[in-house]
Amino acid sequence: MKSITVMAGTDKHGRAENFGSIELEMGKMYAIVGNTGSGKSRFVKDIEQLCVGDSPTRRKVLVDGKELDYAERSAFERSSIAHLGQNMRFVLDVTVEQFVAMHARCRGKEARIDDVVALANEITPERVLKESKLNLLSGGQSRALMTADVALVCDSPVVLVDEIENAGIDKAVALSALCGAEKLVLAVTHDPHTALMAHERIVMKEGSVACVRARSPREREAYRALDEQYRRQRALQRALREGEEVA
Amino acid sequence: MRKIVLFSGSSAVGKTAVLSWVVDCLRERGLSSAVCKIDCVSDEDKETFRALGVPAVAGISADICPDHYLVSNIPEIWSWADGRGSDVLFVETAGLCNRCSPATRSMVAGCVVDATASCKAPGHLGPMLSQADFVVLTKVDMISQAEREIVCRAVADVNPGAEVFAVDALAGYGVQALSRYIETAPAVGTYEGDVLRHAMPAGVCSYCVGECRVGSAFQQGVVGKMEFEEDAR
Repeated sequence: MKSITVMAGTDKHGRAENFGSIELEMGKMYAIVGNTGSGKSRFVKDIEQLCVGDSPTRRKVLVDGKELDYAERSAFERSSIAHLGQNMRFVLDVTVEQFVAMHARCRGKEARIDDVVALANEITPERVLKESKLNLLSGGQSRALMTADVALVCDSPVVLVDEIENAGIDKAVALSALCGAEKLVLAVTHDPHTALMAHERIVMKEGSVACVRARSPREREAYRALDEQYRRQRALQRALREGEEVA
Repeated sequence: MRKIVLFSGSSAVGKTAVLSWVVDCLRERGLSSAVCKIDCVSDEDKETFRALGVPAVAGISADICPDHYLVSNIPEIWSWADGRGSDVLFVETAGLCNRCSPATRSMVAGCVVDATASCKAPGHLGPMLSQADFVVLTKVDMISQAEREIVCRAVADVNPGAEVFAVDALAGYGVQALSRYIETAPAVGTYEGDVLRHAMPAGVCSYCVGECRVGSAFQQGVVGKMEFEEDAR
């Protein structure tokens, strides 16, 4: 696979979107930005489901320029798309170990339980154990395990990430686990630091794509400053959580 | 009238919410629907469909098992919907004990499953799930992609042949594919000669006919007794 193309649909009020199509290339990262309720999550959901005009937005999503039929869509979604949604909790009544084993079985893969748990523990400071009950994990633990699962069990060429900075986990470790050099990554975000990691950003308004902007040379400089700020913020947050002086 | 589509499933899994989208999608494709809701107590769901401009009736089974009641009323429901000139008749069940399924051979039988319930839930659903032609997984917006795949797998373990539709019935994701499936499902055009897919439970005991007193002396007819394992005594 080389690319995914999104063909324009309609906005919240049923009016046509004013772009023809957007081509998303493998090996690139795209940020999806815009106000709450502007349609960011729906944009990502349309791609996850490879919609062919049959979602509320009426968009069409093509793979290498081709529309897929229903059977191809489910097969492609299972093999090639990983979606880290906004969920902060698991609902299934199994242990962490059983969850990883069951999901690996669904994807026809070997269950690397220790690797998944180890990665989750790099992303969150609150310890995730193999025998922990999945639906009793905290928000941060759940997000960390979901991220590790997407990175290691799914390991799909297309990765969709919805607001990764929300759970107080280590965003840098999480994103580097999710983004491979050859992957196509779409990240929904409100955070300029995350948004400027992306090559391009898609700006949403009223349920439709308002514009697509490429990262400018000045924005690359701005990113460096934001990155430094992010590291400082992380250090202060750690001090706060450890009961140290925050200075 | 061309076909009966059965929507069975436990209480509060989202049968009515999904069906509200489906009747709308079918109308866009030029097909008219009628809805019959079978329930034990309340009949307020029929107002939901009437508000959408869809003819709707409710059958209140009261003291009778709602699945038995449904099968007993198929000729009457069929003529009602036929008289309305409807193309598709949807029958929504009450969904209680999971022992019965009112699905017949010529219906398009669907089972609605709540994705947030438990990955063990599909294993407990019995003929309602195992005999279904299609399965609707609701509330998928509430769970992670990994959990959705696990629940779909649990459904496939019980009924490998069923077509599975993952749906978010609040936003309307997945309802188009489900509607297209219902539209293209084979139409039988009559209930004559139709048979149940799975026999309903044997037994008429004294409690079926109004006995209230507890104790062996009051039990007559077909009475089943539990067997206790050695270590449970």
